[in-house]
Amino acid sequence: MKSFLRDRPLIPLTILLIALIVALELLRPGIVNERWIANTIKFAIPLAMLAACQTLTMLTGGIDLSVGIIATISAFVMATQVTTHDPAVAIAISLVPAMMIGLANGIGVGLFGVHPLIMTLGMSLIGTGCLQVYQRTVIATGSAIPDFLAWLGTGRSYGLPNSLVLFVPLAALIILGLRRTGFGRLLYALGDNHHAARLSGVLAWQVIIALYVLSGFLAGIAGLVYVGLIKAPSLSLAVPLLLPSVAAAVIGGTSIFGGRGGYAGTIVGALILTVLTTLLTILQMPEGFRRMLFGLIILAVTAAYVRITEER
Amino acid sequence: MSRLLRRHGWVMALFVLLGFLLVLTRVIQPDYGAAGFGSLARAALPFAFAAAAQTVVVIVGGVDLSIASMMALTSVTAARLMDGASEEFAILVVPLVLLIGLVLGAINGALVVITRVPDIVVTLAMLFVWEGAALLVLNAPGGAAAEWLKALLVGTVAIPFIPTMITDWIPKALVLLIVCLGVVWIPLQRSRLGLSVYAVGSDSLAAFRSGVDVNRTKIVAYAVAGLFASMGGLVLTMSTGIGAPIPGPYLLASVAAVVLGGVTLGGGVGGLVGPIIAVFILRLVRTDLTFLAIDPNVTTIVEGTIMVIVVMLGGLVMMRSRSP
Repeated sequence: MKSFLRDRPLIPLTILLIALIVALELLRPGIVNERWIANTIKFAIPLAMLAACQTLTMLTGGIDLSVGIIATISAFVMATQVTTHDPAVAIAISLVPAMMIGLANGIGVGLFGVHPLIMTLGMSLIGTGCLQVYQRTVIATGSAIPDFLAWLGTGRSYGLPNSLVLFVPLAALIILGLRRTGFGRLLYALGDNHHAARLSGVLAWQVIIALYVLSGFLAGIAGLVYVGLIKAPSLSLAVPLLLPSVAAAVIGGTSIFGGRGGYAGTIVGALILTVLTTLLTILQMPEGFRRMLFGLIILAVTAAYVRITEER
Repeated sequence: MSRLLRRHGWVMALFVLLGFLLVLTRVIQPDYGAAGFGSLARAALPFAFAAAAQTVVVIVGGVDLSIASMMALTSVTAARLMDGASEEFAILVVPLVLLIGLVLGAINGALVVITRVPDIVVTLAMLFVWEGAALLVLNAPGGAAAEWLKALLVGTVAIPFIPTMITDWIPKALVLLIVCLGVVWIPLQRSRLGLSVYAVGSDSLAAFRSGVDVNRTKIVAYAVAGLFASMGGLVLTMSTGIGAPIPGPYLLASVAAVVLGGVTLGGGVGGLVGPIIAVFILRLVRTDLTFLAIDPNVTTIVEGTIMVIVVMLGGLVMMRSRSP
């Protein structure tokens, strides 16, 4: 039984997700309908995209704590640039700082051997400062959300949220990329045994730099989707998503020490967190109790996970 | 001499940097003197306690993301208990709040040991828990602090037979910091327990095989961190006169100070002096940039850049020393 669960970590996670939805339906009969499902997916997608950054970096034993501010920067830059530029140009401009921060992270971690936690934390400090300085230069321009992003972020077609158009191919690309491509296998190899991977000829620094640039890029895209959903760019738009994105990846079974995990689990993890937030809101407890329960449930799920998947 | 340099080189370099910055401040702002130093010490106080708390946990090989939340929780608890109570009652509140901090930290440590989940994930979850608890104690900034506690932070220490010219440079806040940290840290570091904290941090398997109780050591280290965090929380209440349930910017600042202070992430190396000096350096940089009338937002960029450059240089030095 235990080994069965260990080989298929998605099964207990999906059971947990279904249990949460059942609990929700029991507490408030009729809430689980088409509209609610679409809404849940809509809010889970930006979180899942940020959690993708955490999953990919965690596979190599790293972490990316700058994704919250990267997503915020790209959303804010896009919203202010779109008033003077074409939407496509504004989106392209907004992804430049995202990838620059990712590049700096990659150089620090890959070339200088800085601990990823510290490197990405430092870059998020720098990013926060730069965003505030940038904000003062565009204070008069105002902001706008292009129709395309609003359609992508909030719209629904045939009852399903439009953001799936972007997310499904992206998720498929990540899942397949991790399983089938050389780059994906290199990430697992580096996380499993950094030294062995280097000795077998992996140019670790190149992989790490590419990885963190990719992570920055994904975070930037997530920010654009998220601002299409929230429709109000601010200086701390996606920052509150940072810690839940780490939690989603961890709940999804990706080991923070590297070498184990995958993106499918992370997606379920993001869904679990979104449903959990709804559940706690519906219980109408004081805000304090909700946060406490949120933390305790993250801890309980990961602890159970460690017990199930533990080697030995 | 060379041994002394090798062991304390980093801390000495930090002292030199701090001295250099003080001189620079004097050049930028000729009025800068004892009063300025006093307000620097007061501003640095909560950051210093946060950094001290983080240091202990990092030395034992972990990392504590819940420090700012623990500070918020202990701060609101103190403010709520002292609200409307007599001045004498506050004498009871202080040890109670410190005890609460110790227990919060011990819970963090025990959960790390029991669940076997990585430290960073456990303390990430506990960040939400303590923050939620703080909101339950007080859901909006409020409460009060006893007058004598507030007075502890303001002004300078008067020592008989020493001219005020010198004592002017000894703000009460600085004395409070040194006494509070020293009373806990110096006996701990000299004891067997302190040695095992370093041993577990540098190699927990080796420590286990030499008979160190790894689990107990970890719990103690986290409990001490909780104690320091509660001191930070008390200081917050003392300096503002109220308690605020939303955690301040102390988590990022504590990690920055620890790294700058020469404590390596991964554990086993470093002490408490480095991070405290680092806190003062970071605060002073902020003051200097304000004096230079630079946009305060640029200050955040400068702080981040200092942190990144320092760790990059540190990484480079490490790589050089590793390769023959």
